[in-house]
Amino acid sequence: MTPTPTVPSTTVPPPFPARPRRRRRPLAAVALLAVAALTAACSNSTDSSGGSGGGGNQTLSGDCARYQPYAGHGGTTVTVFASILSPESDNLEKSWADFSRCTGIRISYEGSNDFESQLPVRVSGGNAPDFAIVPQPGLLAQMVKSGKVVKPPQQTVANQEKWSPVWKTYGSVNGTFYAAPMSANMKSLVWYSPKTFKQAGYEVPKTWADLMALSDRIAKAGGGAKPWCGGISSGTATGWPATDWLEEVVLGTYGGEVYDQWVNHQVKFSDPKIAAAMRTVADWMQNPAWVNGGYGDVKSIATTTFQDAGAPILTGKCLMLQQASFYKAQWPKDTKIGPDGDIFAFHLPAVDPSVPNPVEGGGEFLTAFASRPEVQAVQNYLSSADWASSRVRTATGWVSANQGVDKSLYTDPIDRLSADALTDPAATFRFDGSDLMPAAVGAGQEWKSLTAWFAEGQSIQKTGRGARRRAPPRGGGARPPPPPPPAPSSRLLPPARFHRPRGFAAAVRRVPSFGSARLPVALVPGIPASW
Amino acid sequence: MSLAAGAWGDAMVKFGNGLGAIAGFVGILLLVFLVAGRASGRIARPLAVLVLLGPALVLLLVGLVAPLVRTVYLSLYSDDSSRFVGGENFGWAFTTGSVREVLVNTLLWLVIAPLAATGLGLVLALLVDRMRGQAVYKSLIFMPMAISLVGASIIFKFVYESRDHSQRQIGLLSQLAIWLGWDDPPNWMLAQPLNTFLLMAVMVWVQTGFAMVVLSAAIKAIPDEVTEAARLDGAQGLRLFRHITVPMIRTTVVVVLTTVMITTLKAFDIVRTMTGGNFGTQVLANEMYSQSFVQFNTGRGSALAVILFLAVLPLVAYNILQLRKERAVR
Repeated sequence: MTPTPTVPSTTVPPPFPARPRRRRRPLAAVALLAVAALTAACSNSTDSSGGSGGGGNQTLSGDCARYQPYAGHGGTTVTVFASILSPESDNLEKSWADFSRCTGIRISYEGSNDFESQLPVRVSGGNAPDFAIVPQPGLLAQMVKSGKVVKPPQQTVANQEKWSPVWKTYGSVNGTFYAAPMSANMKSLVWYSPKTFKQAGYEVPKTWADLMALSDRIAKAGGGAKPWCGGISSGTATGWPATDWLEEVVLGTYGGEVYDQWVNHQVKFSDPKIAAAMRTVADWMQNPAWVNGGYGDVKSIATTTFQDAGAPILTGKCLMLQQASFYKAQWPKDTKIGPDGDIFAFHLPAVDPSVPNPVEGGGEFLTAFASRPEVQAVQNYLSSADWASSRVRTATGWVSANQGVDKSLYTDPIDRLSADALTDPAATFRFDGSDLMPAAVGAGQEWKSLTAWFAEGQSIQKTGRGARRRAPPRGGGARPPPPPPPAPSSRLLPPARFHRPRGFAAAVRRVPSFGSARLPVALVPGIPASW
Repeated sequence: MSLAAGAWGDAMVKFGNGLGAIAGFVGILLLVFLVAGRASGRIARPLAVLVLLGPALVLLLVGLVAPLVRTVYLSLYSDDSSRFVGGENFGWAFTTGSVREVLVNTLLWLVIAPLAATGLGLVLALLVDRMRGQAVYKSLIFMPMAISLVGASIIFKFVYESRDHSQRQIGLLSQLAIWLGWDDPPNWMLAQPLNTFLLMAVMVWVQTGFAMVVLSAAIKAIPDEVTEAARLDGAQGLRLFRHITVPMIRTTVVVVLTTVMITTLKAFDIVRTMTGGNFGTQVLANEMYSQSFVQFNTGRGSALAVILFLAVLPLVAYNILQLRKERAVR
């Protein structure tokens, strides 16, 4: 490791001219500026390949024997770049510490809260990390388009069998599998207070009809409590929780196929199916008798931040909140979370009982930019159930949909709940739709239209039109081809068309108090057709 | 710990690079200094001009002119800058209903916020001027200036927070309204078009202190003889203010007004923090950001940026002219 000075080191400064020229003294300050501008361009070369090379055919014994398949690359370093920051990233590093100790492969982790914009810059600048942990299929597709993503080794592909097949699709671009999922999170949860439910004699509903009946019962019981509370305010990203509600209802009403077509824009916002789903959302979250417990009327949903939304559950003014598993971070520190505690969650039932176990969520994908043997060894390890178990054991707040992970390892009840739903082979898992749509729709008009829908009571037709109307002028060379006709075989969304590094859910999960802080700078190609 | 060792190694490399950069910087500096110092005779003056002006020009070119040219260029291209569309983006900006609302809001901001801030500042300057311990009051009123616009917006967000009338209020404004006998005050942030004015109040709150301090200084700078002469002639109170004070500080008032106006045109933080541009409160600067960096429509975002730039330009020019005039007077 040799620090290489990027500028020539100082030579002995030549003596000043004998005659002092006071008139020219101010030059110093100006020259200082000029040089500052020049030297600002200096880059750091921080790459370091530590240790002695070459492990050869080492044999691991004792504790380390289980890492034998990955042995033989001692003294090498593999770099990982991701958006996960300390302290969460410390758990990641702990989870592979044993692996590193035994195999001698050093995994150098770097987290950045500017990951989404930094990754494209680093990759196109020829400074790609060995691995990036990408939370958005859109960003993965963009990276694949750059031609720098390396296909996974055979073992990683085989490890993928432990995840339900839909995950492979989200890790694939144009039908080619590139990135193995590392983690999964679940959005289809309803937070409630088991204590309050018990006192009032309410049962956790198992079907949508039960849920609606329960809501009605709570509303009629009076006592100042309303069944639901909600908040969709989130800075520039205001509206995203409302898109989740719509997505849950679309997925739960029509199943995965229509959901994919909708995200894929084969079913439009103006479609009667989506309009019907919006009516379902309106009957649920815009029912004046049902919302917004502890805050006010329906419109107050638009001004309540999503972080605050669930607080009235603790005081009994509101009984339920639909929010993702990462909402756990919003409860006060001393809140007892569990089936018998102050707060717990249940799986949002399907609107149509014939849709098996709909789960909306997100995940993170391990994307490789190098094919060195040690990189592949790490890739194989991180895609294995062994690593997933190791990470689950390290600390709570991490769920894998890998069916090889022993569920008794989950010590946190919410993690366990999510894992049960995510690993259910019969579950209909789908990725958060607004994360998959092009930014102009998913992050632009859909957020805005749904916010206006809540804030101004805009009609469903107009909201649907608004969300659809946002098609910018199109044409041009670099534009992707128009969407393929709905082929019967490709039921799942090919995310390749969209190059939108967003993944709001992932961002929010990490920065619970300021979700909109991370705005990537990459550009999005046009939208193929009118949304 | 291998982790710690890695971090240390990394830090050392960065430190070494930093030292190297500083050393190189000092070296080049000395070189320039030496060359410029050695020069004499005919080239001395042009060289001095170059060394003095060059860096500023380069920085201006890189930091202002180049982005400007590029933004204008991008504004003539499609959303992903791949296709020339001519004035389509500008056409969109002036014909789309939602963008027209943005332009109207921006215009409202432009007229009301600076006038309110300057007017209030002038009144306060006059009032505080006659009080004992004026420094204390002045610093108190000036204090919001030290708060960033985002910070001020968060404070006011709490002030405007609203709950159903059956709940306990946590927002100051709602509670005040209830105390004053308004049983069911609205959800302030949703009440159009009131919410735009409530947002302006934040800007006025922040900028009034600035206006007051500058205007107060200008009032103090009016020569006593002039006021005395006017008093001897029988001018008092309002007349004195209208015919002596205002004309004497006219240029300062204009400079303050235009300065606040320029700040207002760029007001992005307040809207972004308080409503995110929803509920009919969107302004140009925020819409530009939203188009460029949330929806990734570079063409439209750039077109809005160009419109904003053209709107600020005459104000800046006028401001500079006034500043010069003021300097010439003194």
